[in-house]
Amino acid sequence: MKIEILGSGCAKCKLLAERAEEAARALGVPYTLVKITEYPDIVARGVMTTPGLVVDGVVRSQGHVPTVAAIQELLR
Amino acid sequence: MHGEPKTCACAAPTSVQGAGFWKSGGWLLAALPAWFGLYLSLKPMADWLAFRVMGLQAGSRLGEAVAFFAYDGPKVLLLLGLVVLGVSFVQTYLSPERTRDLLAKRTGAWGNLLAALLGIATPFCSCSAVPLFIGFVRVGVPLGATFSFLVSAPMVNEVALFLLLGLFGWRVALLYAATGVAIAFLSGWIIGRLRMERHLEPWVMEVPFVASSGAEVPTGFAARLELALQATRDIVAKVWLFVLAGIAVGAFLHGYVPAELLARFMGKSTWWSVPLAVLIGVPLYSSAAGIIPIVQVLLAKGAALGTALAFMMAVAGLSLPETIILRKVLRPRLLATFLGIVSLGIALVGYLFNTLM
Repeated sequence: MKIEILGSGCAKCKLLAERAEEAARALGVPYTLVKITEYPDIVARGVMTTPGLVVDGVVRSQGHVPTVAAIQELLR
Repeated sequence: MHGEPKTCACAAPTSVQGAGFWKSGGWLLAALPAWFGLYLSLKPMADWLAFRVMGLQAGSRLGEAVAFFAYDGPKVLLLLGLVVLGVSFVQTYLSPERTRDLLAKRTGAWGNLLAALLGIATPFCSCSAVPLFIGFVRVGVPLGATFSFLVSAPMVNEVALFLLLGLFGWRVALLYAATGVAIAFLSGWIIGRLRMERHLEPWVMEVPFVASSGAEVPTGFAARLELALQATRDIVAKVWLFVLAGIAVGAFLHGYVPAELLARFMGKSTWWSVPLAVLIGVPLYSSAAGIIPIVQVLLAKGAALGTALAFMMAVAGLSLPETIILRKVLRPRLLATFLGIVSLGIALVGYLFNTLM
């Protein structure tokens, strides 16, 4: 599973990365987590409000930081 | 807020059946009456704390300052919490994508007006300014309408309006909203008429781009309420300290400083007070909700309404961090035009109120 955290490095992006990491680990599936911080890369993925969560190329959440439990649902 | 079973959701995702109603918003039925009960008992509680528990003299400077803080602090926080929750819930229906689609290809002054009005209620965080800007202009929202939105969204936001309403009454709230929308409308319209598209950074129109669909947003009452609660926690966590600090300063001034002190510097008759308020306010960064307690202090101590409103608009609407972020998409001439027109508009509003009221 490929998890991408989109955002230019604001506090919310860091929080999202931490929670996504925790959720992925709890699920126990192999994953890679990458932070996408450059604007051209963010707009190329169809995200307009950061922080964004992209899983295997699909936008799963943007503009807010879901809870760990909610992210687990999004990763399933 | 009031001990709703939030934390248990993470500990036990497969919770018992009876918790379903509670979790899907049933707790609101208990929390709302508790909120009103608490709100109504604030004044007696504050007086009791200051004059009975702490034994301060009613009418003494220290006593009045403590009573003011003990009343105003919880009051503003309670108002803020309820307002932000309600607004955040409504906002789950208003996505930036919907606003963008309403504005796409809408040329002319109506597009600017619509953009300024939509900016009031559409959720917006200045950290998303660049992807949002690109997301707007690339699907055909005119440059001028995009700017009208960018001015109005942080400056005339719904949280600020409700707080103004609660603290200063409907007149000030309405004045702020109307003039804020007017500034956003006019500055965006002027930028549109100046045809400054060529002053965008070239990558804005060239970079590979996928339009955000916004389809991933969860729907349903419980999911929306959950989103709203989360936004409420975020916003309150961000501003509560500023709000309390503002009120503490206010409480001190309330008890110790004569009401005419600021009249000399920020009163109607000092012509330079408005431009100075704008100059100080533009680089500063705070959400509109965070600046309101300070405005309350300024007004209470003799600042003219126009000067105080201009200061608030300048702080909320423009900031140094946002300017640095926008430089990524705007070339210097467009950035300077944007800053110049909006600052000028804010100063004019300040003078207008100082003359009229």
